[in-house]
Amino acid sequence: MFDDLRDLYQEVIFDHNRNPRNFHVMEDSDRKVEGFNPLCGDRLTLFLKMDGDKITDASFQGSGCAISTASVSLMTEIVKGKTEAEAEELFKQFHEMTTGKEEAINLEAIGKLAVLAGVREYPARVKCATLAWHTLDAALKNEQESISTE
Amino acid sequence: MTTFPIEKIRADFPILQEKIRNKPLVYLDNAASCQKPQQVIDSIVHCYSHEYANVHRGVHTLSVKVTDRYEGAREKVKDFINAHSTKEIIFVRGATEAINLIAQTFAKSNIKAGDEILITAMEHHSNIVPWQMLCAETGAVLKVAPINLQGELIYPEFEKLISDKTKLVSVVHMSNALGTINPVEKIIAAAKVKNIPVLLDGAQAIPHMSVDVQALDCDFYVFSGHKLYAPSGIGVLYGKQALLEAMPPYQGGGDMIRKVTFEETEYNTLPYKFEAGTPNIADVIGLGAAIDYLNEIGMDNIAAYEAELLTYATEKAKQIKGLKLIGEAQEKGAILSFVLDKIHPHDIGTMLDSLGIAIRAGHHCAMPVMDFFEVPATARASFAMYNTKEEIDVLIKGIEDLIEIFG
Repeated sequence: MFDDLRDLYQEVIFDHNRNPRNFHVMEDSDRKVEGFNPLCGDRLTLFLKMDGDKITDASFQGSGCAISTASVSLMTEIVKGKTEAEAEELFKQFHEMTTGKEEAINLEAIGKLAVLAGVREYPARVKCATLAWHTLDAALKNEQESISTE
Repeated sequence: MTTFPIEKIRADFPILQEKIRNKPLVYLDNAASCQKPQQVIDSIVHCYSHEYANVHRGVHTLSVKVTDRYEGAREKVKDFINAHSTKEIIFVRGATEAINLIAQTFAKSNIKAGDEILITAMEHHSNIVPWQMLCAETGAVLKVAPINLQGELIYPEFEKLISDKTKLVSVVHMSNALGTINPVEKIIAAAKVKNIPVLLDGAQAIPHMSVDVQALDCDFYVFSGHKLYAPSGIGVLYGKQALLEAMPPYQGGGDMIRKVTFEETEYNTLPYKFEAGTPNIADVIGLGAAIDYLNEIGMDNIAAYEAELLTYATEKAKQIKGLKLIGEAQEKGAILSFVLDKIHPHDIGTMLDSLGIAIRAGHHCAMPVMDFFEVPATARASFAMYNTKEEIDVLIKGIEDLIEIFG
C-alpha cells in the first residue's frame, strides 16, 4: 500500500506529524515570526529563545500537512544549541537537499533531516518542507513580519 | 440510466487511457478543468491543417471558410444557452475575463460612490476581486450575502441585502468549492422587482446542466470553455443586447471598429465591438465542436448520470470514519469537497496521486469559503460525464487506505 511513496512519507515523518516536538507557544521568546504558504494554507508561528547569537530554545504552533509539520518539528529539535551561523548553514544544506543538488549535501551535518530528502521528487511539495526554514531564516534576520512562500 | 453511453464517451477521451504512476488515470479534478474528447482535438487540428487564416478580413477562400466556422461556433453557443441573438455572444478568454469586462464597462459606467454590488459568501475569487477593484476605484460598496453550514445561501438574508442602493447582483450559479447550486430563479426574480441587473457566473454550472438564459432572464451569463470539454483560453460572455449596446467598449483595436480617423473612431456593431484584435479562432471552433458533442449526448442525460454518480459517492464517503463533507446543499452538482480528521488535504492529494487519482487539494480560489468552514483547505473530487462508479470505488478505497497508513 502506497509503496511508491515510502521515500516521501517515511515513518519518522508520520511520527513527527502525529506527535510534533516543541509544539507550544513560548511566552518569553526573543523572536517570533509567522510563516504562511498561501498555496496550501499551511500556517505556523516559530518562537526562538536566544542567548547572544546562540539559539537556546525553539518551539512552534500552527497547522499544516504532514511534510510541513514534520519539517518544522525536526527543525526545532536540530537548531537548539546552534549558533545563528550554524543554523544558516543548515538551512543552506537543507535547501540544497530538497531542491536536488545531491552531491552538495553534507549528510553528517544534516543528520535526521535527511528523511525529508524525498520531497525532491515531488516539486509540488518542496515548499511544504522549506516553509519552516524560510521562517527560521526570517527570525534569525530579525524580520518581525510574517513571511510567505509565494 | 442503462442508456447512458458511458463506454462510448470514455473511448472518445484519449487522455483517459493514460497511466499515472503506472496506474490507470482516475481523473476527478474536473471542476478545475475538464479533459477533451477526440472530436474537439480533431476540430483544432483540422482548423490549423486545412482551414486557417484570419477571420473577418480577407476575400480569399481560406479567410471566408474560417470566418464561417468561427461564426458558426457563435451560432452554436447561442443555441446552447438559448440566447436571443448571436449579437449577445461575446468571445473572451474565460469567465474571469468576462466578469472583468462587465466590471470595467457596464459597472464602471453605471456605478458610483455609495452604490452597492451584491455577491454571496461562496464566490470564486474571480467574482470577488474585480468588484473589489471597482469599489476601490469608484467608492462603491461590496455586500456579501451569507451562507449556512450546509454551504447554502441563506436566501432571506440575501433578500434583505437588496436595497435601492444595489446596482448589480453577481452570483455564482454553482459553487466550485462546495457544489452548491444557487436558487438563481428566485434571486433573479427578487432583483427584477427593483430593476437590478443580474450577472450569473456559470463557469461551474455550464458542464453539468442545461442553461436557458432567456428562461432565466439573467442580464449576463459568463462561462469558460475549458470546463465544458472545450480548449482553455476561450470563454463566453452572454449579455442582453440592449445592455451590450449601451456599454462602452472594453479594449480598443482592430475588428472592434467601423471607421477610424485620427479625429474620431466609430465602433463596430455587436458582438464585434467587444472583440478587439485577432480572436482565439481555433479554440472558438473547438468550443463549437464541444457543444456539438454535448448536444449529441444531451445535457439533461448528463445531469441525470452525474446526479447518480454524486449520490453514490456521497453515500460511500459518509461511511468513512473521520471524513467530513464540506458542502451538503440540498441542490448540489457533482462535487465532493471533504476534509479528513488529522490528515491535511495536501497529503491526501499526494497519496491519491500515487494511486493514479487526480483530485484538487487547496482553497479552490475561494479562500473566504475556507475561512467560513474554518479549514485551511479541502480535498475535492469533482466528477464529469466520463467518470464511473468503479472510479469512485477506487477513490473511496484510496481514502480508506491512506487513513490507515496515517494511523
